Amino acid sequence: MSRPPLDLLFNPRGIVVAGASTHPGKFGFVALHNVLAGGFEGAVFATNPDQPTILGVEAMASVQEVPQGAADLVFVCTPPHTCSEILRSAATRGIGAAFIASGGFRESGAEGAQAEEEVIDLARSLGMVVAGPNGQGLISNPAKLAAQIVAPIPPSGPIAVASQSGNLVSAFMNYAEHSGVGISRAVSAGNAAMVGVVDYLGWFASDPYTKAMAAYVEGVGDGRAFAEAIQRAAAAKPVVLVKGGATQRGAQAAASHTGALATDDRIFDGMVRQSGAVRTQTIEEAYDAVAAFATQPLPAGPRTLVLSSAGGWGVIAADAISKSNLELIPLPEDLRQAIDGLVPPRWSRSNPIDLAGGESRDTIPEAMDLVADHPEVDAVIYLGMGIQANTASHLRSGPYFETAELARICEYHERQDSRFAQAAADASARTGKPILAATELATTQSGNAGPATLAARGSYCFPSADRAVRALHHLWWYARWRKRTLG
Amino acid sequence: MGVLSEFESKQFLALHGIAVSRDRLAHCADEAVTAAAEIGGSVAMKLCGPSLAHKSERGLVRLNLATPDAVRSAADDLLAAAVEGDGEVALLVSEMVVGHREFIAGVAHTEQFGAALMLGLGGVLAEAVGEAVFRLLPVSEGDCQDMIDDLGMAALMAPLRGEPAVDRGAVVDTLLSLAQAGEGDGVEAIDVNPLVVQEGMPVAVDALVVMADL
Repeated sequence: MSRPPLDLLFNPRGIVVAGASTHPGKFGFVALHNVLAGGFEGAVFATNPDQPTILGVEAMASVQEVPQGAADLVFVCTPPHTCSEILRSAATRGIGAAFIASGGFRESGAEGAQAEEEVIDLARSLGMVVAGPNGQGLISNPAKLAAQIVAPIPPSGPIAVASQSGNLVSAFMNYAEHSGVGISRAVSAGNAAMVGVVDYLGWFASDPYTKAMAAYVEGVGDGRAFAEAIQRAAAAKPVVLVKGGATQRGAQAAASHTGALATDDRIFDGMVRQSGAVRTQTIEEAYDAVAAFATQPLPAGPRTLVLSSAGGWGVIAADAISKSNLELIPLPEDLRQAIDGLVPPRWSRSNPIDLAGGESRDTIPEAMDLVADHPEVDAVIYLGMGIQANTASHLRSGPYFETAELARICEYHERQDSRFAQAAADASARTGKPILAATELATTQSGNAGPATLAARGSYCFPSADRAVRALHHLWWYARWRKRTLG
Repeated sequence: MGVLSEFESKQFLALHGIAVSRDRLAHCADEAVTAAAEIGGSVAMKLCGPSLAHKSERGLVRLNLATPDAVRSAADDLLAAAVEGDGEVALLVSEMVVGHREFIAGVAHTEQFGAALMLGLGGVLAEAVGEAVFRLLPVSEGDCQDMIDDLGMAALMAPLRGEPAVDRGAVVDTLLSLAQAGEGDGVEAIDVNPLVVQEGMPVAVDALVVMADL
């Protein structure tokens, strides 16, 4: 038992799918399918007493037949009454971890709760760690392990996810698949009978493949212990938290105003913030935040500059900044003079910088460097990327692409947006300042050169100016918490 | 569970280093006039007693009393307004603390998380507005700074309508002192409402301390 128990879950030498099935509608089929489709590099075993092979894997009658020491994890798809026998057999084969995907435990009533208690007691006596039950599984991309009964298998990346709801794990993974900022580990805690969300966060905190983590919780149990676990994780890496089931119940029959205002949700909110976790209201906002944490440096301060190739986006960004903890700084005079030298005088000459379409070939990369290098700027929001590539897309699908010989101009437009994305990523890497690019084309036009270039750089393109501002708000909130709390 | 009167509550807070309005207790109109003279300037007057938590709802508060006659007449009115259930009452004569900005601050005990410190937008609409942030005790200075920022009221902290900016350090000190008071033996809950910002400094103008056993 020298390895931490959760290592066995996320980095098993081999995996056994207990209750593998030939029926494509059964969890036992989908689980084995996903393990194989994910390309797991360790040994894969399957048990089914009635079938010789499933998906090309030679099935065993029982876990008893797994060679000693060949597997660390058993993924259980069979009903509750079979679990004890599976755990006992697994323990004799040197298997130290189980993920119980099957339902029928505590979530189904008193009888199920009793079954759950018995299984967990047995696991403890055997020295095994049990994830679930009633969980959808786990992803461990560094091990190419997709042990889950749901889609998708997300791209590999820096984000770890732990959730009390399996479908919300999928939601995070779907965002990851779309944006390209991928997943290191993801796990559905299910009933969390032995291992809860904060235990996973604790393991992610020291996982070298994880840069930032997201969690969804409903119940919290021991509030103080939860807060301490969150703080340990948040001290190591950013934690983004979504809580479901916020109620407005007051803390106590209120003899005081403070007591009346002390709703469960306000207290929870204060507790998680005190522990350094960023709290968001929606999964979408949580993914934006965790993707920002995983791909951007933390800002040194709140001083924000908006760089936009056209007006309206900048105004929206400025409005969003006014509702955030960020500061829309007055445009520094030396920066104003420098940009005067780049574009015609109709530009905004203030922050947000609106270049008003006056750019020539190199304006955006040059302006990007000027604003990122300026000592009074802590962070940049960059808007308007993708317009030229969008024009190219339109020309390409139009009736004159061949006859008017539009290929060259299309390639130029696409190259330009690719350059702008590179300029943003390069300037951020060079200065250590966050530069958040945003355009709706990230979601409305698949493959647009701007967002696509950012994705290829491992960076995240925000779908709107206001979502980028909200994510930057979270970055600065966490950076400030680190300064104040950790020094 | 027992409730301290406003006068006792503010004395308790003052012992923990929180700035409170200058107060005198009076038991009749003559004493009230003397108290007002000692305090100087315009005064506020409230009916005060352990059972009188919601004074403004019952019209038991008089403000800006500038002359001995005004003080005397207010004292007579308030004493006459006391009802049997109010128990033993007195008149609380206080300096007028003047400021546009009113916060609410306090400590409450929660079942799941234990004691928590609060800062919010104060005044009579505090509960209805519901702009309040919490941190669990014990709190650090950084936690208190975060509370001010999380309230999202940068504009309220800045210079406002002829008043200077709020002294942020003084708000942090008030919160730290309040947290310390809240950790005292037998303290069940504390309300400071309003915590008025006068010349940039927070002053407790009304307060309520609830003790577990008295």
